[in-house]
Amino acid sequence: MELSKDKDALEKQLITFSEKRKRIFLVILLIALLFSIAIALTIGVYEISAFDVYNVIGTHLNPYGNVENLDRLHDVIVWNIRFPRILVSVAVGIALALAGAVYQGCFRNPLVEPYILGVESGAAFGAAMAIVIPSFFLSLQISAFIFGSIAVFAAYSLARIRGETPVIMLILSGVIIGSIFAAFVSILKYLATDAALREIVFWMMGGFYYSSWSDVGIILPVVIFCFFILWILGWKLNILSMGDEESRTLGVNPEFYKAIFIVIATLITAISVSAVGIIAWVGLMMPHAARMVVGPDHRYMLPSAAMMGAIYLILCDTLARTLTSAEIPVGILTSIIGAPYLMYLIRNKGKLIFGVS
Amino acid sequence: MLSVDSLEFEYLKNIPVLKDISFNVEEGQLCGLFGPNGCGKTTLFKCCLKFLKYQKGKVKVDEHDIKERSVKDMAKLVAYVPQEHKPSFPYLVRDVVLMGRTPHLRGVFNVSNEDKKKTIEAMKLVGIDGISHMPYNQLSGGQRQLVIIARAVAQETKLLFLDEPTSALDFSNQIKVWKLLRKITHNGTTIIACTHDPNHVMWFCDQVVVMDRNKIITNGPPEKIITEKVLDEIYENICSIKDLFQTKMVYPKDVSTIKNNSKAKRGK
Repeated sequence: MELSKDKDALEKQLITFSEKRKRIFLVILLIALLFSIAIALTIGVYEISAFDVYNVIGTHLNPYGNVENLDRLHDVIVWNIRFPRILVSVAVGIALALAGAVYQGCFRNPLVEPYILGVESGAAFGAAMAIVIPSFFLSLQISAFIFGSIAVFAAYSLARIRGETPVIMLILSGVIIGSIFAAFVSILKYLATDAALREIVFWMMGGFYYSSWSDVGIILPVVIFCFFILWILGWKLNILSMGDEESRTLGVNPEFYKAIFIVIATLITAISVSAVGIIAWVGLMMPHAARMVVGPDHRYMLPSAAMMGAIYLILCDTLARTLTSAEIPVGILTSIIGAPYLMYLIRNKGKLIFGVS
Repeated sequence: MLSVDSLEFEYLKNIPVLKDISFNVEEGQLCGLFGPNGCGKTTLFKCCLKFLKYQKGKVKVDEHDIKERSVKDMAKLVAYVPQEHKPSFPYLVRDVVLMGRTPHLRGVFNVSNEDKKKTIEAMKLVGIDGISHMPYNQLSGGQRQLVIIARAVAQETKLLFLDEPTSALDFSNQIKVWKLLRKITHNGTTIIACTHDPNHVMWFCDQVVVMDRNKIITNGPPEKIITEKVLDEIYENICSIKDLFQTKMVYPKDVSTIKNNSKAKRGK
């Protein structure tokens, strides 16, 4: 009698372990993401009815559809401009949110993100180099990745004192590294020809204006592939976020796995920066928002943050291209929304984020 | 279970932190590592756990030389409870304890019911099942210590290192944790715990290793080792020992006069 009661209690506790609620949330997010894509497609400066938009998309996706029958103008606007642009913003949103979450986990610090760590400035410098001296580098993407890695490595080693990386040091060294690379970019701008200068400036403000199917072809597969690797390693990231010694005790080699995580995060940051320029704050806001909803367990937090990042960037980009008759660079919008968010975090949630300190 | 043979370690050249350390701990024993602040206890632990690379000597756990074991293999052999742990994200207590199952997890997402059951059992054993839904970073230092102990229990290793497991605990929890450690040794687990309290060593440990100034002074059963002579050597002549029931108690020599003396002074 007593024993069966015990067993009942045990089973009840097992149920509380169930992550059903979090799984349902992931499904809801996925549906919301698909909806935002569908809605964003129908919105634009040039008005096309929803029916025509889906007709264009449907015809292209249908292997037997005849593209020749479509209205030429509608086809170009929906299929060659809006759709790739939305897919790129999805990929970039996923990439930046993931990179932010991974950096936060690895550095045990909820306030770092690719922009704060100087990765974006480093990648921007690499890309600017590739624009100004095209013969010198293999490609914009590789150059951005190399300098992005240099930036994160420099910021991390600058912040590390006696085996620890305090929050404040990491943010400060990110600022330092970021401003050094920003200065280098200024030198490049100064030396650049008019055409190159124009390209650099536009591209640095961050925006999806030039997004084409060739961008989608580069970014989307890489980002999706990296997403699945990171998701599979989610539990390891939980362990890493407990600290180096802790993860050693638990059998997760911190140096090895940190290297994997940071390389992947830097890669996806660099590849998005090289495609759309600097877009700040997404990597800070999305992981935090995801953590508030599904908790810090990275097995659920990573996919939530990724999808929220994608939805957020679709929203920002749709605003950017429709709010005024001229386009607003999306990087400006994310900064205007993101900076106050960080202010709010520090003022209101400081204690919760930093734990007992 | 654990054998340490002429271990030497230095952080900086020619400033040894551990000098010629040798001792053995048998299976199923509760061994106390006892010594004053800064004598190298934690460093010794970290060498045995392979956190630090020692320069000379040999450490064997369960007949395996630890130098030949990978990080993952070590985690199946040895668990470690640090003195204090700074939390990062608001993981729930049960998630932190579940992390102890990491070396046993297979595959990607399948935390099996077996793992969950072991986690719940560990929390019950340590007596933290009541706070299993609290965020870990909102707990007090003492509660966190209990959570990490539960995590080490869930890890199910043959050998357990605890670095001052009772340093942040109240009187009742101190006794509870030591009793708990005794209970864990019943199923053959070997425990090594460093501590500052000679009474805890005397009352709860099977064996004691006494360290002072980077060396081992003596080791053996506590009743024989914890004597006024040994305590005088490490603590400069301030302790007395009295028989108490079946065991002994260590107290400051002038305990009977401290308060009266200061009262007398105030009276003047």
